[in-house]
Amino acid sequence: MEGTMTKVSIVGVAQTRFEERIASLAINELVYMVVRELLHKTGVSMKEIRSIVTASQDAWDGRTISGMTINEVVGGYLNAEAKVAADGLQALLYGAARIMSGEYTLTLVVAHCKESEGTPHAITNLMFDPFTQRHLGLDDVTAAALQARRYMRLRGLAAEDIAAVAVKNHRHAKKNPFAQRAGDFTITDVLNSPILADPIHELEAAPQSDGACALLLASESKARTVTDHPVFIIGMGNATDAYWTDRELGEAKALRQAASRAYRMAGIEYPAHEIDVAEISARYAYEELMAMEALGLSEAPQDMLARGDCEIGGRLPINPSGGPLCGNPVTVSGLVRVVEAYLQLTDQAGEHQVHGAQTALAHGAGGICGQNQSVVILRRE
Amino acid sequence: MTKKDDETQRVQYLLDIEYHYAAGELATRFFTELKEAGRIMGMRCSGCHRVYLPPRPVCGICYKELKDWVPLSDEGIIVGCTVVHLPFIDPMTGEQRPVPYGFAIIRLDGASTSIYHFVDETDEKKLRVGQRVKAVFREPRTGSLHHDIKYFRLVGK
Repeated sequence: MEGTMTKVSIVGVAQTRFEERIASLAINELVYMVVRELLHKTGVSMKEIRSIVTASQDAWDGRTISGMTINEVVGGYLNAEAKVAADGLQALLYGAARIMSGEYTLTLVVAHCKESEGTPHAITNLMFDPFTQRHLGLDDVTAAALQARRYMRLRGLAAEDIAAVAVKNHRHAKKNPFAQRAGDFTITDVLNSPILADPIHELEAAPQSDGACALLLASESKARTVTDHPVFIIGMGNATDAYWTDRELGEAKALRQAASRAYRMAGIEYPAHEIDVAEISARYAYEELMAMEALGLSEAPQDMLARGDCEIGGRLPINPSGGPLCGNPVTVSGLVRVVEAYLQLTDQAGEHQVHGAQTALAHGAGGICGQNQSVVILRRE
Repeated sequence: MTKKDDETQRVQYLLDIEYHYAAGELATRFFTELKEAGRIMGMRCSGCHRVYLPPRPVCGICYKELKDWVPLSDEGIIVGCTVVHLPFIDPMTGEQRPVPYGFAIIRLDGASTSIYHFVDETDEKKLRVGQRVKAVFREPRTGSLHHDIKYFRLVGK
C-alpha cells in the first residue's frame, strides 16, 4: 500500500461455535453473540463504530435484503452499513477499502449463515443458468465433483491424494475448539465414507453448518489505541473468472490472478517461503490442492502433503484450524479464514498454534467451482 | 434489439424451497406468552426506555442488551393505513384474499415500535391515521401474531 492510503489493521476477532444445526438461536441472536464477544474482547464501544460491512445471502436466509435481519445487532442504525452478498472475504475487502480511504477509523465486518434453515440442494441449484443448465438439477456438490474429476485427470491424481487432505484437516480440527467435525480418520475411512457424487465422499465435502464470525478493522493510529498487537493487512487481491462451463475447470486461474495481486501489494516474491501459515477456503478436499498450486505454495501439493509439510509443525501448515471441511457455512468460510489467520499471528490459536508465524494468507472463494476468488495477506509486527 | 416481446421466448422455472426459520429464544418466549396468556409482550431498553415490539436482542439506538419484558395493551393507535384493492394469494390459506381489505401499522399502547396487521374496515373515511383500534383474538391461540390476532377493530374515542 503506497501513497496516502491508510494502513489497515485487524484489532480483534470472534467466531461462534459451528454446528450442523443451531436450532435454539435466531439469526440475529447468533450474530449478536459474536458481535458482543468482539466488542468485549476489544473494549471498543458500538458508539465508536460508524462503518459496518456484513456478508450474507438472501437465498440462504430465505429473506431478501438479508442484511436487515441483523441491522440492530451489528449497530447499523443511521450508520454506513452495507451488505455484500458473496463470500465473507469480499466484505473484508470492502471494509478495508473504507479504512484505506481515510474516511473511517473503524469498520466492523461480520458474516453469518445458517445452512440448516434452508434446503441446500435447492438453494445452490439457483446458481446455475436458468436457460441451459438449472433444470437438470445441478447443485454445488455435483459441479464440484465434475471439477474434481477434471483436475485429477489433468494432474494425474489418485483418490488417495485427495483423501489425504481430508485426513490432515480432520486431524487438525481436533485441536480447534470451534470445529464442527474432527477425528483421526485414515485414507481408507475417508474413501469408505458415503459417496456424494463421484469422486467426492462425505468426509471430503464441507458438512452442513451454522455459524457466524466478526472482526474489527482499524486504521493504524486507531489500532494503536485498541491493542498492542495489531495485525496488518499487507496485501489484498481478488479476481473473477468466466462461467464454470466457459473455462478450463481444472485450473484456478482467477485464484492465480487474485494471489498475484495480493503478493504484489505485499511485496511477496516467493510465497512458498514467505508465507508461514495459510487458511484456505477448501469446501471440498480437492480444492485445497488446487488452491495451493494457484497460490504458488507448491507445484506438487499432493507430494508436499504426503511429506507432512502441511501439518501443524510442518514447513507450511495449511488449514491448521481444519478449514471449511471441518465445518464453516458458506459466506462465513472466507472471513473465518481471516479470523483464524489473526489468531495465528497473535499467538491465540491455542492447541493449533503455528509457532513463530509472522505472515499468514487467508483465502476465500465463491460462485460455481470457485468462479470468484480472493486472497488477503496478513502480517504481525 | 429489435424483436417485440411476443417474438422472444421466456423460460419457466418453479421455485420450491422449504425454510425452517429458527425463531430463537426471544421470539419463542414472545409466542409462548401470546399463546398461553393471550398477552403481547414488549422489551424495554434500560438506557432510553423505549419499548420494543417484537422483541430483539439489543436496542438499535443505545446498543444496550434488552432484558426487561413488559406487557403491552391490546389496544393502540393507527400510525399508517391503507385499503388494499389489489388481490393476492394469502400465504396463510393459499387462497386469493378477497378485496378490498384494510391494512394498518399499529402502535400498541405502551410500545415504542409498531406492528402491522389487518383492520376490519374498508371505508377510507373511517380507517384513518390516529384512529384507535383493538385486537380481536382468534381461539384457540397457537402462538403466532398473524394467526392469534385475527384483525384489529376500530374503537370509539
